[in-house]
Amino acid sequence: MADPPIEVRGLVKRYGEIAAVDGVDLTVQAGDVYGYLGPNGAGKTTSLRMMLGLIRPTAGHVRLFGRDPLLGVRALEGVAGFVEAPQFYPYLSGRRNLELLAAYDGPDAPRRIDEALATVELTDRAHDRIGGYSHGMRQRLGIAGALLRAPKLLLLDEPATGLDPAGMRDMRVLIRRLADEGMTVLLSSHLLPEVEELCNRVAIVRSGKIVYEGAIADLKRGAGAVYRLATTDDERALAVCRAQRGIGELRVDHGYICFSADAAAAAELSQALVEAGALIKMLAPETVTLEDLFFSLTEGDAGGRGDGAARTAVPT
Amino acid sequence: MNPGVLTVYRWELRKLRYQKRTYLGLGLAVVVPIIFVAAVSVRHGGPHNFAFGDYIDRSGLAVPLVILLFGALWMFPLIAALVAGDIVASEDHNGTLKTILTRSIDRGQIFSGKALAASTYAIVAILLDGVVAIVAGCLKSGFNPIQSLSGTIVSAPKGLELVFVSLLVYLIPILAIVCIGLLLSTITHNSAAAVVGTLMFSLVLQLVAILPGLGGVQPYLLSTQFDAWQGLLRTPTDWDPIIRAAWVCALYGLPALGTAYLVFLRRDVAGG
Repeated sequence: MADPPIEVRGLVKRYGEIAAVDGVDLTVQAGDVYGYLGPNGAGKTTSLRMMLGLIRPTAGHVRLFGRDPLLGVRALEGVAGFVEAPQFYPYLSGRRNLELLAAYDGPDAPRRIDEALATVELTDRAHDRIGGYSHGMRQRLGIAGALLRAPKLLLLDEPATGLDPAGMRDMRVLIRRLADEGMTVLLSSHLLPEVEELCNRVAIVRSGKIVYEGAIADLKRGAGAVYRLATTDDERALAVCRAQRGIGELRVDHGYICFSADAAAAAELSQALVEAGALIKMLAPETVTLEDLFFSLTEGDAGGRGDGAARTAVPT
Repeated sequence: MNPGVLTVYRWELRKLRYQKRTYLGLGLAVVVPIIFVAAVSVRHGGPHNFAFGDYIDRSGLAVPLVILLFGALWMFPLIAALVAGDIVASEDHNGTLKTILTRSIDRGQIFSGKALAASTYAIVAILLDGVVAIVAGCLKSGFNPIQSLSGTIVSAPKGLELVFVSLLVYLIPILAIVCIGLLLSTITHNSAAAVVGTLMFSLVLQLVAILPGLGGVQPYLLSTQFDAWQGLLRTPTDWDPIIRAAWVCALYGLPALGTAYLVFLRRDVAGG
């Protein structure tokens, strides 16, 4: 079997006492749009720098298509991306910057400059100096710079950070399009909607450690659903809920009865409530978003290493 | 040349064309000889108490030699440091190191291309300064024979040849300064610190040279090697200071260059 685009094992980076990255394992398979998700300061950028060979791990290793980025730039063949905001020479035009990068990429890259500029819609501004570019334009030029390498794997660090809503939407559309064309993408982010919209797999990182790795679908499925209930007689309804099978985490919150249950158990409950004379004023499922899961994994004491679907975010 | 190194070298030169500091150094190299000649003309007679001082009014060829003499104090080390001290640190400042280190050119090739570009800049600046000084000097005092340091008279064409060879010999310590600038640029990540540091290094060595009791180390100081070219202007030619300059400068420059190379190869690129 071919080597996966990214394989990270036991990756550690220490700065003195502090472990910025503390034993990260992850595998990105070909075709994945992989979200590397965590709050600011969780070690996402440090991990990406190690993946691109910019900094040396204290321990562990990275393999890109089976090759070690520390052994030279050959490991970056077919790989492109940027960490933090993409940076360019401010005194050169956008096009000149791309010409420089293309020259550093090899003989085929200069031919892709026009297409890359068109893809990120910067053709009109290509002859302006970078010094006058907005943050969003630099971000797009960063993608153009990556496309010059005709990558099979794209690593993007917070690509939508600092963009206005329209810029964010454009960036997502662009990443979606590249992924649809068959590119494997690893995308770090602290923006949950972005990851939820784009990615099929995620690693959630907290204080340098992975607390969940796996498919987003599994993560959400494991979480179950939370319902909110209001009746004509909440006392009686609570008693019914306690007696009913498949109802968990029962509590009263802001005058509502809240519980977790699957759809079938909720349907059975509604019948039991009516039979008991507690008429339903409202019974609504609260959708569990990735955001809820994210906060339950990255806040409080919920540490430890996740192992895919086996770990559930919200206990049911 | 290695194709990767050549690519980096070409682009480094192209980048220099777009940066102000490039023209600051080259401007200094052009303007100083012109100002010097203008000042001497106004005063009707140059300074006299140093080598070739008496000859400024009699032969234009004395002008580049006087400039070499005084330029060693700070001007030429500054010009060399201006680009060498900046060429790696500016990538840190702009955050572009990560941009170029994630392409298909190895760190070693990038460093080599930069080192060559910084050296090229220093060489161009010195030669430009020399040419301007010769032209300005000859316009003022004529293309006339010049007296060597041994007192013999050297014909104008032979004198011109000696001036050019002197400029080449002068490049030996200049390239050692470039190496030190590259080292400071690589380890400080800060352009201003590297440029000032390189200049300070050069000035401190000049101070050491005049400290009492340290006369014995003087032949082995980098600053002393800036006078090696004077051996060419003796009859017969005194090659000893030139040979010494070659190996003394190598002892200063090569370890600095090697260290900078290794640091650049292994360093974490965490900023930007």
